[in-house]
Amino acid sequence: MFELLSYGDAGWGDEILAGLAITMQLAVVTLPMGLLIGFVAAFASMSRHAGLRAVGYGYTTIMRGLPEILTLFVVYNGVGLLLNKLAAWWNPGGTNIEFSPFAAGVTALAMVFGAFAGEVLRGAFQSLDEGQMEAGRAIGMSPRKIFFRIRLPQVWRFALPGLGNLWINMLKDTALVSIIALDDLMRMTKVAVGVTKQPFTFYLLACLIYWALCLLSEVVLAYMERRANRGIRRV
Amino acid sequence: MSEAEIILKAEDIHKSFGAVEVLKGISLEARQGDVISILGSSGSGKSTFLRCLNFLETPTSGKVTIHGEEIQVRDGKPLNARHIETVRSRLGMVFQQFNLWSHRTALENVMEGPVQVKGTPKAAARAAAEALLERVGLKDRMDMYPSQLSGGQQQRVAIARALAMEPDAILFDEPTSALDPELVGEVLKVMQSLAAEGRTMIVVTHEMAFARDVSSEVVFLHQGRIAERGAPEQMFTNPQTEVFQRFIATVK
Amino acid sequence: MNPIDIAIQYWPRLLDGTLMTIKLTFLGALIAALFSPGLALIRANATPVAQAPLRLYISFMRGTPILGQLFLIYYGSGQFRPFLQDWGLWGFFRDPFNCALLAFALNSTAYQTEILRGGILGVARGEVEAAKAIGMTRLQILRRVIFPHAYRIAWPALGNEIILLMKASALASVVTVFDIMGRTRQIFSRSFDFSIYLWAALIYLCITAIFVLLWRQGEARLSRHIGPRSEGRSILSPPEGPQP
Repeated sequence: MFELLSYGDAGWGDEILAGLAITMQLAVVTLPMGLLIGFVAAFASMSRHAGLRAVGYGYTTIMRGLPEILTLFVVYNGVGLLLNKLAAWWNPGGTNIEFSPFAAGVTALAMVFGAFAGEVLRGAFQSLDEGQMEAGRAIGMSPRKIFFRIRLPQVWRFALPGLGNLWINMLKDTALVSIIALDDLMRMTKVAVGVTKQPFTFYLLACLIYWALCLLSEVVLAYMERRANRGIRRV
Repeated sequence: MSEAEIILKAEDIHKSFGAVEVLKGISLEARQGDVISILGSSGSGKSTFLRCLNFLETPTSGKVTIHGEEIQVRDGKPLNARHIETVRSRLGMVFQQFNLWSHRTALENVMEGPVQVKGTPKAAARAAAEALLERVGLKDRMDMYPSQLSGGQQQRVAIARALAMEPDAILFDEPTSALDPELVGEVLKVMQSLAAEGRTMIVVTHEMAFARDVSSEVVFLHQGRIAERGAPEQMFTNPQTEVFQRFIATVK
Repeated sequence: MNPIDIAIQYWPRLLDGTLMTIKLTFLGALIAALFSPGLALIRANATPVAQAPLRLYISFMRGTPILGQLFLIYYGSGQFRPFLQDWGLWGFFRDPFNCALLAFALNSTAYQTEILRGGILGVARGEVEAAKAIGMTRLQILRRVIFPHAYRIAWPALGNEIILLMKASALASVVTVFDIMGRTRQIFSRSFDFSIYLWAALIYLCITAIFVLLWRQGEARLSRHIGPRSEGRSILSPPEGPQP
């Protein structure tokens, strides 16, 4: 059994590692994009304009209510179609544009992450102590300074546990991209299963790798939370 | 009455929340070295008035002048809003709930304003902040976070934070009301020494002893208006209005 | 084709898929609900060593993709075909619906157990003591005091878990179960009409919305039974309290 997992032609170790690398890339690229969407969604839903608020709430509510796999297909097929329509309009008779599975995966995962992160961040911003902002105003800090010097550094402390959970969920959701033929960990496992006819062994291995990633994330997140809370009594 | 320079002048400040008029035209003048105590029962508008002076609350109408910098308000809109941040940086403020920034140490709390708002170089701000913390008796606590300090210590850091801006005047919004009784003394002592230094202070307080012994003028607010004002010894020994008589009777 | 025509042409399939999604979610949640109370009691009371296997199971279920769990059961069972045939279980594992249901039930059991454990730990100690003091048996205390409280506390979180399960049930389409997602992919592969995805999204949102309403009613009923005060504001419940 161990030769199955070794490197080189006989074993599947290198293929699976390559799949793991894609999974990690996917997660690492999705995170900043998802956070960006999350901040935008949070600000929209805290906005003074009713229209913007509706957009923010609508986005987070709808995205959180849809199955992730549906979002993935909507993005993969829908954006691909849209791009081709745009291309045909711009340059009739031109070549077909391929919306890469990786781009589709990142976009869909970031949209989902952003919707949940928007809720987490809104909650975090709203639990900040208003008096501390007032103290900033009282010494003449500009709204910009107050945001970057007081709100932002503190919002992490409130948002980190929630965002940590979202990171772990997103890590697990990356497995969905195997369905749109991106060679991630789950899909490489499928390839290995197809050749070796050992489905249980390889799917168990894949699960164990995801499990290890999640446990590792939990350890790192616990450390980050301790750091973020330095000097602050837990409430 | 001292003939010193006028530091802060508020003229005919009105403030309404919705249909409720909380301040019905209040004027006040603070000269260099004045310590003005503002008294009043809760709901009298005293905190709102104080917060109008540095525009944490925008008055509905009125005019505030600080060192010649003048902000006029009409229909709830300041006419030269751009000056508000400048005005604020010249007025220190100490809050009832301290409002220290919980993610920064005592020293960092004191340094924040000079570095971020006035652009003081870090080294100079640090030296000044250390000196101020020593002044309020907390040099040995300067690397602690607010949550590691007692209420009295937090309030003293907050006073140092206000002093660090080298303000023309300091506003105190019930600085001892959130403190346990045994911690009130240490904060009042610091405030007393500031008064003795000749600082200009406007203090909203419930501490009658402070108002009587330390301040140069007492202003008593009742239902959004100044009901009585004057020198403390005269007001406390010989109150002119019935409302103020009742007030000191209940507080004592 | 415009979206309305697509809906008119394919609505029987979408309805069929909707019923399948509801069936999968309902059965999965129900099976999990049968096992979770006992497991939650173990999590709340057993010694760390005794509950180690349970914690391992829960951690695995929460730390791995549901898709992986589904593949492990559906495809993985093939590796044990002779063994399963001897036991007469092979037929069970050949059916993608059974495998999907098993995977979702196992997964939801883990989550529901943890949620219910939180509810059990949230029951006021004094009320349990009062029950002991009037001479209730352990079983009576569980049935009359601990679980009524625990379910009331856990109710909103359990509702969220069922919504998550409903969303996860869309994965069954990957192993050829024709739920909403399965039907939608099938229709798309024939018509290449994108609007079918939007209809699918609308159906999922409607199911969620209806479920939230029903769950709130359940919450009101549960709380009315126990009394007017409620610990922990529910995200599902309206702000006003239920009538005593």
